[in-house]
Amino acid sequence: MNIPENLLYTDEHEWISVDGDTGRIGITDYAQHHLGDIVFVELPEVGESFAMRDAVGVIESVKAVVSLYTPASGTILEVNEELEDSPELLNEAPYDSWIAAIKLGDKNDLNKLMNAEAYAAFCQNLED
Amino acid sequence: MKYTPNPSSVVDEMLQTIGCSSLDDLFADIHEELKVKDRLNLSSGMGEMEVRNQLKYLAGCNIDTENYPCFLGAGAYDHYIPAALEQLLLRSEFYTAYTPYQPEISQGILQSIFEYQTMICKLTGLDVSNASMYDGGSSLAEACSLACANSKNKNKVVISDTVHPEYLDILKAYALSGHMEIVVVPGQDGHSDIDAMVKAIDNETACAVIQQPNFYGILEDPTAVEKAIHENKGMFIMSVEPLSLALLKSPAEWGADIAVGEGQSLGINLSFGGPYLGFMAANKALMRKIPGRIVGQTTDLDGKRAFVLTLQAREQHIRREKAASNICSNQALCALASSMYLSLVGDQGLKDIATRCHHLALYARQEFEKAGMELKYKQPVFNEFALKVNNPVNANRILLENGIIGGYELDDALLLAFTEKRTRAEIDQLVAVLGGIK
Amino acid sequence: MPKLIFEKHVNNSNPFTLPTCDIPLPELSETIPAQFLRNESIALPELSEVEAVRHFTELSTRAYGVDSGFYPLGSCTMKYNPKINEWAARLPGFAGLHPYQSEDTVQGALQLYYEMQEMLAEIVGMDAFSLQPAAGAHGEMTGIMMIKAYHQYRKDYKRTKIMVPDSAHGTNPATANVIGYEVIEIKSNERGLVDLEDLRTKMNDEVAGLMLTNPNTLGLFEEDIQEIAAIVHDGGGLLYYDGANLNGILGVARPGDMGFDVVHVNLHKTFSTPHGGGGPGSGPVGVKSTLIDFLPKPVVVKKGDTYGFNYNLPLSIGKVKNFYGNFGVIIKAYTYIKSLGAEGLKEAGQHAVLNANYLRHQLRDDFNIPIDRLCKHEFVLNSKKQSDYGVTTLDIAKRLIDYGYHPPTIYFPLIINEAMMIEPTETESKERLDEFVDVMKAIARESAQETEKVLNAPQNAVIKRVDEVTAARKPIVKWEAP
Ligand SMILES: Cc1ncc(COP(=O)(O)O)c(C=O)c1O
Repeated sequence: MNIPENLLYTDEHEWISVDGDTGRIGITDYAQHHLGDIVFVELPEVGESFAMRDAVGVIESVKAVVSLYTPASGTILEVNEELEDSPELLNEAPYDSWIAAIKLGDKNDLNKLMNAEAYAAFCQNLED
Repeated sequence: MKYTPNPSSVVDEMLQTIGCSSLDDLFADIHEELKVKDRLNLSSGMGEMEVRNQLKYLAGCNIDTENYPCFLGAGAYDHYIPAALEQLLLRSEFYTAYTPYQPEISQGILQSIFEYQTMICKLTGLDVSNASMYDGGSSLAEACSLACANSKNKNKVVISDTVHPEYLDILKAYALSGHMEIVVVPGQDGHSDIDAMVKAIDNETACAVIQQPNFYGILEDPTAVEKAIHENKGMFIMSVEPLSLALLKSPAEWGADIAVGEGQSLGINLSFGGPYLGFMAANKALMRKIPGRIVGQTTDLDGKRAFVLTLQAREQHIRREKAASNICSNQALCALASSMYLSLVGDQGLKDIATRCHHLALYARQEFEKAGMELKYKQPVFNEFALKVNNPVNANRILLENGIIGGYELDDALLLAFTEKRTRAEIDQLVAVLGGIK
Repeated sequence: MPKLIFEKHVNNSNPFTLPTCDIPLPELSETIPAQFLRNESIALPELSEVEAVRHFTELSTRAYGVDSGFYPLGSCTMKYNPKINEWAARLPGFAGLHPYQSEDTVQGALQLYYEMQEMLAEIVGMDAFSLQPAAGAHGEMTGIMMIKAYHQYRKDYKRTKIMVPDSAHGTNPATANVIGYEVIEIKSNERGLVDLEDLRTKMNDEVAGLMLTNPNTLGLFEEDIQEIAAIVHDGGGLLYYDGANLNGILGVARPGDMGFDVVHVNLHKTFSTPHGGGGPGSGPVGVKSTLIDFLPKPVVVKKGDTYGFNYNLPLSIGKVKNFYGNFGVIIKAYTYIKSLGAEGLKEAGQHAVLNANYLRHQLRDDFNIPIDRLCKHEFVLNSKKQSDYGVTTLDIAKRLIDYGYHPPTIYFPLIINEAMMIEPTETESKERLDEFVDVMKAIARESAQETEKVLNAPQNAVIKRVDEVTAARKPIVKWEAP
């Protein structure tokens, strides 16, 4: 399982990459693997504001559906519209396929997330 | 009569195989005090001939539209059903099947639903239809519920009271959820009060609803409502009579986002109110939001065209406590009947039937006026209108004495419906009887 | 590959003809103002009658019903649908009734309706019934609406939650959500039953009620039902019974006696009405006297020797369906109950349970049965033994199609990994069950020795497995003219 070092993770299998005030969020390799073939992504609207852990979108596979919870609070700056037509990108390259970019509301939120090592252990635990 | 094939000797053998000494052993996990003592308080079983007589007796206690000309409408219509349809529906591969969960063994049913969806899209002009809903009323309630669920800060449903009164009742019951605030706008002179509806629409309005033709048979012009609701980023919902769509502007042409309605006119028996056919179609943007099952076209491993239940992530079995609708079983066989109907009458046939209904209604209007009677409303109609009578209950009673099933009783009028089954002679008699009592 | 009906269109081939009629036939443009008239054509297909008939006949040959063979679809009770029921529903004296005819012209229909209310009340041990809901899920919705109306009437507004076991059918949590309740999931214990501790912990004065299926979705009777009822009732909640599994206790035990306050029954399962390839069903709801005032309107009442509608129910939740329910389906279930009578219904329940336990017993050597003990009308096995060979439950289901069977329900209930839920019903003979056992054993053997056969199944069906992913990613949901 691929778990890049430079990202932060949630226990709902989302990742966030941080660049200054901006975070980009997506789902992890573990998440895409367990969902199976992803068929649809419902994206948030640009300009919408969310608290940490709010559901900002929905990801559907053939047999399952999950909410996408934002790892940090903030306002949506941009969404990855490519996913509307090509949801399979989330299966093919989960860490290259960000879902939404968010202007971080409170950087302290990031302290509550897992680093790669902690997330790897978390996943290992789930598998056992 | 019983339908359990195993005689007692075989039952004993099976019991022995599984290590039980009696059928009672099979219920050892149920506390004794919960068990039915002795037997249920029901009559004993009957042989087929006896049951047949009993059902024949009950059916014989009724007066039916097969033997009496019927001018009742109000949401259920006495249309002709082609003989081929009745025969085809008895193919038991259709009617004894369950939902087509396993596509490889259910292609016939899946294809029939795909064809049904296409026909509903053609009738309504919209992009996507589900595989059916329970009936016209619950379909409308589900459409409103969808509109409210689809937008975070809108929960108002602005609806004209010229919609079928039972549909309004159903909508109000569904609103027990607390997810919808229903604003009923009183009509005037038999049609929607368009100005009042436009005024009632604001940025908290999730949808506006108009029925076409409305409950009184009158054609509505919803143009201003459509404009107002779309300006407020809400949805325009139309409840429509499918047969009338052969002549009348489609919901898509009126700008509707969702069309719902009762499909009973399309080859489904009156059956005292059910089973009928709720249909729902919507524009493309709502494809992944509308309730109910949807069949999609795909390919099998050999690349052959195949059909399958799709977009299931919307549905209760996957979305569970997040599902926006709980519908599971629908009215598939009625949907099949309607697509058989549309195939058997064809494009021109449907227009001919709708036109005949319309002409018969116009003829009746004209004859009533000649006989000195008054229409309750004068606006254009499709196949149904309200005729003023002093005492509607009494008028219906006298009609029945003359071998006619009369109209739907309004306060001071009878709402009369005309289908292609009615003849000039029947209408002349209707006019003569009602003209005689006024 | 059969064509779609639209692909069989031939201009002017449709023979449909109206009767002649000598009334004025004005142009539509004279009678309907232009703004109401349709511009775009509908473009329905035109076919000769024989071609239309062949089209649908061909479709029927590509479908599978109970009349085609064994249909052990768990939770769906695919019993034989007696033909006399179909005959009865098509009698002109029923099929030709308009719902708004005056009561005096429909006395036979009302009598049937009234008797049906009474018979169902007796069968499930409730005080009153409404036959209005159109299906099981619709019955659930009606029942939960009544529970809500009940609490609201008592001004008990803080009850905002409904409890549902983790083994429940999807319609249960979906129903609670649709009626505006938050769903609290109750765990199952290792015996496959409601975990009483979890229930006790979660029951409080914010809970409006519990939705339960009994026998549950594992086919197991909730033995602690009286204690479950006491916990919920003591906490001020009500008990909802999902009647999908009534066949497992039919004539033997009654939900009303177990403490349930409101139930729905599925006429299209327990009472032999056909499922129509997806519907129509019928999901009447029954209530104890505490909830009678909230029933949907109208109910049918008997006054002296005549029958009539009572709309005067001021606390009623209103209506959930047009008119009075799926009457045509109700006729079939009525015919069935009259045919079987008290003894016949009990025998149906007993034989359903016998057949399920017989299959469970015969299949237990070859398949893993996670909870292998006395079941009611159905049981759940899985593909654990076959998983070593890479065979899943889906593969087994598909291989059954090759052998000419409709597969059982798969991947439900969710609490069993790779579940396969088998419900034979009482209308299968021992010979049929034995044949099925032989086939299942053959598939177990193939899984180990000829794995490819199972993985590539079906080979004998009209199509191979389908691409569901593309269907959902790039949906094609209607035919487009080329
Ligand atoms: C346990 C259970 N509950 C509820 C339902 C829903 O019933 P219906 O499909 O009639 O709405 C089903 C149907 O499969 C079921 O199995």
